[in-house]
Amino acid sequence: MIETEANSSIIRMFHVHHNYGTKKALIDITLDIFKNDFVFITGPSGAGKSTLLKLLYLAETVSEGQILVDGINLSRVPRKRIPFLRRKFGIIFQDYKLIAGRTVFDNVSLVLEAAGKKRRLIQKKVRSVLRLVGMEDRQNASPPSLSGGEQQRVAVARAIIGDPKIILADEPTGSLDDDSAGIIMDLLNGVHIRGATVIIATHDKDLINRTGGRVLYLKQGRLEASTFTEKHYDNSIF
Amino acid sequence: MTILFFRRAVEDFRNNRLLNIITLLTISLSILIVCAFILFFVNTSEIMNSWKKGLRIMAYLKPNLSGAALTDLTRRVQGISGVKKVQFVSKERAFALLKKQMKRQASLFDNLAENPLPNAFEIRLNAADQSWDKVEWVAAKIEALDEVSEVEYGQRWLGRYTHLFDLFKLTGYAMCGIFFIATVFIVANTIRLVIYSRRDEIEIMRLVGAEERFVKIPFYFQGLLQGAVGAGIGLSILFVAYLVIASNIEQGFFSGLFHIRFLSPLFSGAVILLSMLVGWFGSYLSLKQYLKV
Repeated sequence: MIETEANSSIIRMFHVHHNYGTKKALIDITLDIFKNDFVFITGPSGAGKSTLLKLLYLAETVSEGQILVDGINLSRVPRKRIPFLRRKFGIIFQDYKLIAGRTVFDNVSLVLEAAGKKRRLIQKKVRSVLRLVGMEDRQNASPPSLSGGEQQRVAVARAIIGDPKIILADEPTGSLDDDSAGIIMDLLNGVHIRGATVIIATHDKDLINRTGGRVLYLKQGRLEASTFTEKHYDNSIF
Repeated sequence: MTILFFRRAVEDFRNNRLLNIITLLTISLSILIVCAFILFFVNTSEIMNSWKKGLRIMAYLKPNLSGAALTDLTRRVQGISGVKKVQFVSKERAFALLKKQMKRQASLFDNLAENPLPNAFEIRLNAADQSWDKVEWVAAKIEALDEVSEVEYGQRWLGRYTHLFDLFKLTGYAMCGIFFIATVFIVANTIRLVIYSRRDEIEIMRLVGAEERFVKIPFYFQGLLQGAVGAGIGLSILFVAYLVIASNIEQGFFSGLFHIRFLSPLFSGAVILLSMLVGWFGSYLSLKQYLKV
């Protein structure tokens, strides 16, 4: 069977507009993101990168246009089904968004608890994911006692534990030093290799050049360009 | 899942200790006050019922009634609704009884030329007809008879006390209502503050795909827990107070007159359940208002 553009796309946007009051945040965005793509959404501050991600996990709704995620039309998702849609995503934020009052283990297990998984499975899977991100030894620590890089590794563990089809990362390395940023990007590459679609919003051109992938450039809410960047090895990091 | 929700409710309880302690104290105090009222009503009602059981109407008769007139009058009094038993007390028997009761003042009777007491009927009412209104109605019916000169029901003060007690009871109901509403709002307010302090956590839960019930159920558990523990504390304090007061009364001046009892286990259980319901309702109000998507 020949795979068409439509059935190989995991995200499709058709003439999407989004307004915050009278301010136009996104204007007429039409794009396809394919299964197992590694995509950077870039552009200057205020270009609409974070807004575009928020539209995908329905933290915001489109003012005009249509978005399809894995074949689901987001404008037709009833309120009660939003949690199930969100389980298709693993979301990583610049400020980590970890629950301060809970341990590393509990922060990561939250995703599976919310999905109603059995306790034994949760324990097994959380340990395995924490091992993968190198945080197994810190599972009983509370997030505020961790460094920024460690907190982001926990956030990555939380994002990938539910085996989501799509990883959304909003400035995932924005608050990190180069070494920690490298670790996070390696982890995201690993997730991509295992088959997930990874979408990263960043304004860090060096990060894009070092990693390589498809680049969508936004400017003042419009999609200005869609290009592909080859991985460029920088000896100071690798 | 239930264990998980319960564990989270207990964790929240611990994490917001001060807030929850204040709520617990408020619930305990409300339960204590309301149940103290109820305890008072229960015991007072019992005492009054025991007094009412001895309630009788004395109808003093006009002098010189013939035997036939007495028989006819007995039949007519017996025919009044609510009357259980009519007993004729002759003036001679009444005088003998009086003398017996006032043995130490026997000299008072020596100088009497004749028996000053009238013939009388001692009338007892059916148990079901001992409401104060009914007693008054029967007394009025008897007093209206031509052969009756005067009617007396010894515990006339009981009527006044009954009215006072009914008024007090009404005040008690109103206070129970006020405490109920106040408790609901205090619980609602605590849960609201807890939600506010945990708004980031709730946002994160939603972002990772938690359904509304996953977010809300621990708060409901928390409300139920606050209700149960608050009622437990309130009832325990009341029980200790009851032990102290009851032992003082039973050993003191009123010894043998009353037996004070505590709320039944069934009623105490109902109070705890009601308090849990209040806690749940407080949570429900807060969640409805503050956890909209």
